Amino acid sequence: MWESFLGLYNYWIVILLMMAGFYIVMSRHNLVKKLIGLSIFQSSVFLFYISVGKVADGTAPIIEEGISSYSNPLPHVLILTAIVVGVATTSLGLALVVRLKEAYGTIEEDEINEMDAAD
Amino acid sequence: MITATNLVLLAFLVVLAWAIARIRNLFVVTMLAGIYSLLTATVFVLLDAVDVAFTEAAVGAGITTVLFLGALLLTDREAKPRKNRMASLGPMLLVVLLGVALVYTTLDPRMPHYGDAKAPAHGRLAPEFLADSVKQVGAEKPTAIHVPNVVTTTLASYRGFDTLGEVVVIFTAGVGVLILLGGNGIRRRRRNPAPHADSSGAGSSGAGSSSPGSSGNGAGA
Repeated sequence: MWESFLGLYNYWIVILLMMAGFYIVMSRHNLVKKLIGLSIFQSSVFLFYISVGKVADGTAPIIEEGISSYSNPLPHVLILTAIVVGVATTSLGLALVVRLKEAYGTIEEDEINEMDAAD
Repeated sequence: MITATNLVLLAFLVVLAWAIARIRNLFVVTMLAGIYSLLTATVFVLLDAVDVAFTEAAVGAGITTVLFLGALLLTDREAKPRKNRMASLGPMLLVVLLGVALVYTTLDPRMPHYGDAKAPAHGRLAPEFLADSVKQVGAEKPTAIHVPNVVTTTLASYRGFDTLGEVVVIFTAGVGVLILLGGNGIRRRRRNPAPHADSSGAGSSGAGSSSPGSSGNGAGA
């Protein structure tokens, strides 16, 4: 019981974080907060990949004499790329938010929708 | 010991995510997001992903926080309270249902447990990458790269096109940010102020602060 709790704990945390990020994206009207929710969602996926790559008594994948067991390097490579791409998309999203603030004077999604409906 | 640290740090992440959802002051939320990124980096060290931890600490906790602070400077500091509290009931219900369904799938006996050396993810490519990274004693393979850090060798050789694609994405995002915030549009707006005159002053300073942000992205890659 304790064994399988420890074995699945990381996945459950990943699911909790993913759902928290998803909830923030859906329920909050503030666009900056939506972007932070999106990055929480992203980082939960990163955690999932890295958790999958872990080997029980392995070590960091840097080849060294006298060490035989390493964690899987492939998820690390994939997530390294994903982190940088995540920042690129976040910066583009923030630029859009700044532009919306210029055009509408607000960054609340519901107010922007009301203005669009009024036009 | 490492397991206990892992348990506590991951629990902290959930608490932080909850706080980020609750708090309306966007400056506090941004700082909490920075702490969240640093904690994630610590967890990555525990999970043997040292390169990822390094990138997350530099890019996730550093550049992202700076970008968010810059955006806060140009927009609002406070999220407005929701007018209709019942409106978030639907998303909550959906999220709970989806979460329960996902947890249910992890209970499948075929789901490899954390740290399982026989998990299918470790079967195919990883042993090859590990073996090819350093010079093999006896068996000289033409693919041997002679760099001890396997993540570096894989990133630069086997997944080189991936990295090229990453650079293209960063370039596209940088161009997008420049088109949205910089150059002609701002100058035109300054000459004939938009109907929302209170925000046009913030917009002109946006051109100045956006370009260091996008060049910072390039350095982060």
